Amino acid sequence: MLGFAARRMLLLPVTILGLTLLIFLFMSFLSPYELLSTYVSDPRQLQGDAAQTLIKQYGLDQPFYVKYVKWIDEVIHGKFGWSVTLNEPVSKAIMQRFPATLELAIYSIIPIILGGIWLGVTSAVHHNKFIDQMLRVFALLGYSIPSFVLGLVILFIFYGVLGWLPPGRLGVNFSMIYDSSSFYHYTGLVTIDALLNGRFWMFLDALKHLVAPVMTLSFLSWAGLLRITRSSMLEALGQDYVRTARAKGLSERVVINKHARKNALIPATTVAGLMFIGILGGVVITETIFNYPGIGSLMAQASEQLDYATVLGITLIYGLVTVIGNLAVDISYALIDPRVRLR
Amino acid sequence: MRNATSMLGVLLVAFFIVVAICAPFLAPPSYGDPYQIPRSGWSVTPQPPSAQNPFGTTEGQYDIYYGVVWGTRTAFRVGLIVIGFALTIGMTIGTLAAYFGGWIDELLMRITDIFLAFPFLVGVIVLVTILGPGLNHVMLAMIIFYWMTFARLIRGSILQVKENQYVMAAVALGAPGYGIISRHLIPNSIYPIIIQVSMDMATVPLLAAALSFLGLGAPVGYADWGQLVAFSRNWIISSNGGNPFQFWYTIFFPGITIVLYALGWNLLGDTLRDILDPKMLI
Repeated sequence: MLGFAARRMLLLPVTILGLTLLIFLFMSFLSPYELLSTYVSDPRQLQGDAAQTLIKQYGLDQPFYVKYVKWIDEVIHGKFGWSVTLNEPVSKAIMQRFPATLELAIYSIIPIILGGIWLGVTSAVHHNKFIDQMLRVFALLGYSIPSFVLGLVILFIFYGVLGWLPPGRLGVNFSMIYDSSSFYHYTGLVTIDALLNGRFWMFLDALKHLVAPVMTLSFLSWAGLLRITRSSMLEALGQDYVRTARAKGLSERVVINKHARKNALIPATTVAGLMFIGILGGVVITETIFNYPGIGSLMAQASEQLDYATVLGITLIYGLVTVIGNLAVDISYALIDPRVRLR
Repeated sequence: MRNATSMLGVLLVAFFIVVAICAPFLAPPSYGDPYQIPRSGWSVTPQPPSAQNPFGTTEGQYDIYYGVVWGTRTAFRVGLIVIGFALTIGMTIGTLAAYFGGWIDELLMRITDIFLAFPFLVGVIVLVTILGPGLNHVMLAMIIFYWMTFARLIRGSILQVKENQYVMAAVALGAPGYGIISRHLIPNSIYPIIIQVSMDMATVPLLAAALSFLGLGAPVGYADWGQLVAFSRNWIISSNGGNPFQFWYTIFFPGITIVLYALGWNLLGDTLRDILDPKMLI
């Protein structure tokens, strides 16, 4: 176990080195002038002959390895260039948008886990019965409806027809309060900050704006979690200790909830962890449809405007988040489940 | 029940294949590039279904029926090209890694890990931004970030098959490496790949459509399902007091097409799993 964790830890720098090299390789397709936008921290730096000086300064006319080292040096110091989309440095833009995505991920993962596991367990308990078959069709539908269609349908029903769930992150009045100087941003998560500032109605408004994207993400993720939970639950139900529990005369409810489900949850936890990282890693489509100001919608806007600096900055940060997150999930999997001896 | 859903899957896939093949007869192209959707005017407001436009028109008067029919071809083309190339790359890398093992395996799998470090859409978007928008660039970017699934799948599968005695027998008989790979290892480890390909025929065109939805894929007016859905966005949420169902057809026809297409391939994949991989039947 320790050996596995240590080995994965040792490989982390190698993966990160490869990740940066790959992104740097992508960057080499850009012209030097386009490339400069990823270095400067203010567009005024690019006026006049300044560009030539900057190309010299950042070594853009020098061999690959020199350029690479200089770029890494910039990135380590948090300099990702100037974001044309948001008109501020990329690092600031990401810091500003990240809490929104984090908030969406936190609120989504709760219904995803509860619903997905419940559906999976139900499906397994009623193995091959009518409910199981219905849930199988439900899972296949979940795989077949793309996020942009589902999101639009939800937007249509709950905003277009019913007018209940508006897009965005906050209503107009509340976002003015949110941006005002008297409002303290403790965490960047609107719901938490609203409560800390004693604004209960703002908290409710923020929750209301979260419902539609959370619904979209939940429906899309349930299918995957349902399948994993179902098959691991079926496996657990076939184990000897379940037969023993039944032989002892325990009620079916206790057998399922106490004996089988606990063991069946382990793989589901891992998948849920990966899903959480996936949502953090940018739910581009969902955020775009609901005008939710997170990293994903920033990525889409920046890409449309050919804002190289922002797109590359987000990619690098999210590569790192994914690598470290996956490592954490893998190690915790091995920690929870002593039966697992990964490689 | 199970047979009924399997049958439905086969029928849906067959239906879309027929639509793709017969596109020139179902929706005869009027001029030049058949993938360019004909316009019946320049008005911004979508028009409801009529004799001339059976599914109605989008904003800018693009014919939805024509877009749906020729979009089927786009979907198949994107699916076949992306999966074809990704499968070739993935199988090569996975097979080499599993067959040789040791440092070659280690090296190839670390490279795979690096590509896996990118969230898929983020990776594709960064490449499309750099290469410039367009369907070909989208396909290229998708290939670059899609082969890893196949590489891992075939590697795991071959590692299992390699332990079988008939492989050892072949080695003992002095069969050459490429013979062992092509006659024993690949044919016996291909089943998970076939299931995966069927599922991916649903996923891959949908992902390409998602990029078109964001405005990064096919150019404006190109027959592509994602773009048709994108056209509907402004019309189905106008909560200005009017009838919200007024423009229902702008989302309904492209949306239902996409879902049925993906459902067909997913049902087919599910059926193949039942047939080819009895272990998964539990």
